[in-house]
Amino acid sequence: MLQAHVLRKWLQPRTLKISSIVKEQQEIRAKHSGFHRDVVSVAGRAMRSIPRDMEAIVPALVFPVFFFFVTIGALESLIEQAPGIDYKAFQLPVAIVFAVTGISRAVTLVTDIQTSYFDRLILSPVNRLALLMGLMVADFALVVALTLPVVVLGFIVGVEFESGPLGVMMFILIAGIWGLAYTGFPYAIALKTGSPAAVNSSFLLFMPFVFLTTIYLPQDQMTGWFGTIVAYNPVTYLLAALRSLITEGWEWDVLAKGLGAIAGVAVVSMGMAFMALRGRARRS
Amino acid sequence: MNDWAIEAKRLARSFSDVEAVKGIDLSIPKGQIYGFLGPNGAGKTTLIRMLITLLLPTKGEARVAGFDLRSEPKQIRLRIGAALQEATLDPKQTGLEFLRLQGYLYGLSRRQADQRIDELGSLVDIGDAIKRFISTYSGGMKRRLDLAAALIHNPEILFLDEPTTGLDPISRNRVWEEVRRINQELGVTIFLTTQYLEEADSLADKVGIINHGLLAVEGTPAELKRSMGSDIIIADVGTDTESAIDAVKALDAVGQVESHGTELMIRVSNGAAHIGPVALALHQRGVEVKEIKMHTPTLDDVFLNVTGARFEEVAAAEDVENK
Repeated sequence: MLQAHVLRKWLQPRTLKISSIVKEQQEIRAKHSGFHRDVVSVAGRAMRSIPRDMEAIVPALVFPVFFFFVTIGALESLIEQAPGIDYKAFQLPVAIVFAVTGISRAVTLVTDIQTSYFDRLILSPVNRLALLMGLMVADFALVVALTLPVVVLGFIVGVEFESGPLGVMMFILIAGIWGLAYTGFPYAIALKTGSPAAVNSSFLLFMPFVFLTTIYLPQDQMTGWFGTIVAYNPVTYLLAALRSLITEGWEWDVLAKGLGAIAGVAVVSMGMAFMALRGRARRS
Repeated sequence: MNDWAIEAKRLARSFSDVEAVKGIDLSIPKGQIYGFLGPNGAGKTTLIRMLITLLLPTKGEARVAGFDLRSEPKQIRLRIGAALQEATLDPKQTGLEFLRLQGYLYGLSRRQADQRIDELGSLVDIGDAIKRFISTYSGGMKRRLDLAAALIHNPEILFLDEPTTGLDPISRNRVWEEVRRINQELGVTIFLTTQYLEEADSLADKVGIINHGLLAVEGTPAELKRSMGSDIIIADVGTDTESAIDAVKALDAVGQVESHGTELMIRVSNGAAHIGPVALALHQRGVEVKEIKMHTPTLDDVFLNVTGARFEEVAAAEDVENK
């Protein structure tokens, strides 16, 4: 019996000359790219997706600016009755921390899981760690980018850095490292639950950290149980490090404590994220 | 062992108390197109997810492209491509970005990836739309892009989970052409599940039907159809059935004859060769034939026999579920 596809060939002679490319095709075969190239590839995709996802990024910038102006407007004259306090300088790190905390590509990761695109990724020979590291590279770039307009805003309202231009760079770097350290939490939630709602609520985890610290008042004015919690809160040391660059200059011990606090958070969050990744990529 | 693209022995997978795949033996030689059919929930997707290293078997063993499924999944991943049931794409990338990234993840350079994208152009066939975001693509365009992504690294074995579901006939034909081409010209082994018996019949060298987690039957489409017996000629002869039965029974080629109302069911070894003589014999006997048609066994008959359901019913039920 005449096969339908043979008949179709008679009716519609093929115009594609494909046999000549067969040899070349066979020469191209899959291989492991290596960890660095995998990270670059995954990061490239994540970086491209940032400007295509502005609806998720603009609010991250609007909220801290709003918070900055409201807090200054409400408390500046009251707080500055005490001598030696520049409340705008005091609040600028808070705005920065609000801007960069919880910013991640975790929602994209959840979408990948829900659309099975994540299956396509783990079906490839890509290094599993690179799947997360690539996203984090993009996150770091984004949090640094989000820091810049807030710092410029600080300059506009008259904040000056005692630590000079290098201090400004250090300020942005510390903010970026903090933002990166915190991303482990939303990624862990994304990989564990595959739920966008759960990821969106991951910012709520940050609320106890940020409100049980020195966002309104200096640490030496906090006493009792509140003062104890503030003393154990890593965000306290992060804010102290950032503030020191503005108001004091280079105070290495304060900076070291700030970086140490970030490292502690990073160990916990990244540990959770990479364990969740291992669980998600496992074939069980 | 090395002559087999896929070899599985008593491969099984359970989810808690549910045995999705109960122990399947497969031996698929290199270069074959293997069609895999089965009703919804029979274990097709579980089996394919095991074979492409997304799921570990709970029992049994398998080798894919010569490598052990349990201990050498990385080697397997380098040698297989897969287009899963749902087109697994990233809507926020353009088609070009998506294919390039796919190439990079398989170790291709930018030049190699672009070369492969050019070569796969006839399959993707979306022209300048390849520079548009995937979110703007039609279902057919997404399917073709998905298939191209599975082929970007020239895999030795291609797994296709219902590759043409949702495609219009023209797109479906184009995918079939491409599947044949990569099988015939590049020698790629293809393991495909499908909702369309016509697809399995047309493309597959060998067909397996899974039911309740077990491989119920396996063979070439011709073998399976032959297993259902001979051709049947169905003639509507009105009320004159006695005379009609006598007329056709006189023919040597005719086997069993039954009447059902005004219709005669006439079993013959070769329907195409004998429908003429049957019609002539009835005419010569003076029987007025209102309608005469021939039924040759189809894969649907095989499917019905194995699973107890017509393939179209199962496919329609799966469509409803998918919606």
